[in-house]
Amino acid sequence: MDRVPLERKVLSENDRVAAELRARFQEHGVLCLNLISSPGSGKTSLLERTLESLPRHDRVAVLTGDIQTENDANRLKRFHFPVKQITTGGTCHLDARMIERHLADWRLEDLDLLLVENVGNLVCPSSYDLGEAAKIVVLSVTEGEDKPLKYPSIFFKSDLLVLSKIDLLPYVPFDIEAAVQNARKVHPGMEIVKVSCLNRDGLHEWMMWLAEKRRAHKPLVRQTAN
Amino acid sequence: MHEMGIANSVLEAVRTEMVLHPGTYPCKVGVRIGEMAAIDQDALRFCFEAIVHETDLESLELGIEFCPRRHRCQLCGREFIVRDYDSQCPQCGNMGTTCISGDEMELAYLEVEEHGSSTVGAKSSQ
Repeated sequence: MDRVPLERKVLSENDRVAAELRARFQEHGVLCLNLISSPGSGKTSLLERTLESLPRHDRVAVLTGDIQTENDANRLKRFHFPVKQITTGGTCHLDARMIERHLADWRLEDLDLLLVENVGNLVCPSSYDLGEAAKIVVLSVTEGEDKPLKYPSIFFKSDLLVLSKIDLLPYVPFDIEAAVQNARKVHPGMEIVKVSCLNRDGLHEWMMWLAEKRRAHKPLVRQTAN
Repeated sequence: MHEMGIANSVLEAVRTEMVLHPGTYPCKVGVRIGEMAAIDQDALRFCFEAIVHETDLESLELGIEFCPRRHRCQLCGREFIVRDYDSQCPQCGNMGTTCISGDEMELAYLEVEEHGSSTVGAKSSQ
């Protein structure tokens, strides 16, 4: 019997496509962000509040993933930015090929920011690189403060935690400080913003985080281009 | 439940690799799965067995090596396994430690046997 070393990633094909996407985003100065959460945590609401705060001429586009329906794309199209729905037909996550396919008729040189809303799922999307510059995990206060400990992978791999629906804090037994501590146990130093898309608390901090990411991404791109 | 996709990718990798080893058949494929990789080992085994069932690779065994989360202390350099999310250095007490492994999802090895050897045709997965 011979043992042959393989030494490569299981998802090397996805990672190859993701690396190509990342290189294209870099080349055209596009900041790509991958938003992940359980179903119903408020990813689409956060995107609605985000798009409505951006100037009309901003070079922003959204890809939004779901197993079925165009509902999210229809909600987001109202803001007049390019939006495309990715319906996976059953698959519980987006993969790099789906992103590549759905970007095919958009010109990356016309974009600065690409927001990708993943399929609602705290587990599977964490395994699939989409070529994004950062993952963002959204956790709503109705879900329980121990979610970072139960689903560590996505909290470990995300740059930012958005704690959403904070307007509900008076009505639910959610210990927000414990949630913050749990997230930082899994991911020491993790950045965290607390928002309500309903009464708009904390949205300023989220928009500041986004603006800073976009600002930090730009010089990096120029250096690489030179 | 994305273990089916993962199992498919493992099997594709085996088929790709086998082209390089004519005259042999694969007995066992080894993967490394990290604690933070969000993969359920039982689900992965179940999916793998389901997709090789009644194929030419039915006897192919899946070996899973579990990789715990390991950190390295930024001060004293001690490497240690993180248990219960306690990432404090056990040697010097420093809180600043860096994750060095634990999110693996890697193909490690493939064991192949020459056709005509004594175990050819064995359908056992022992």
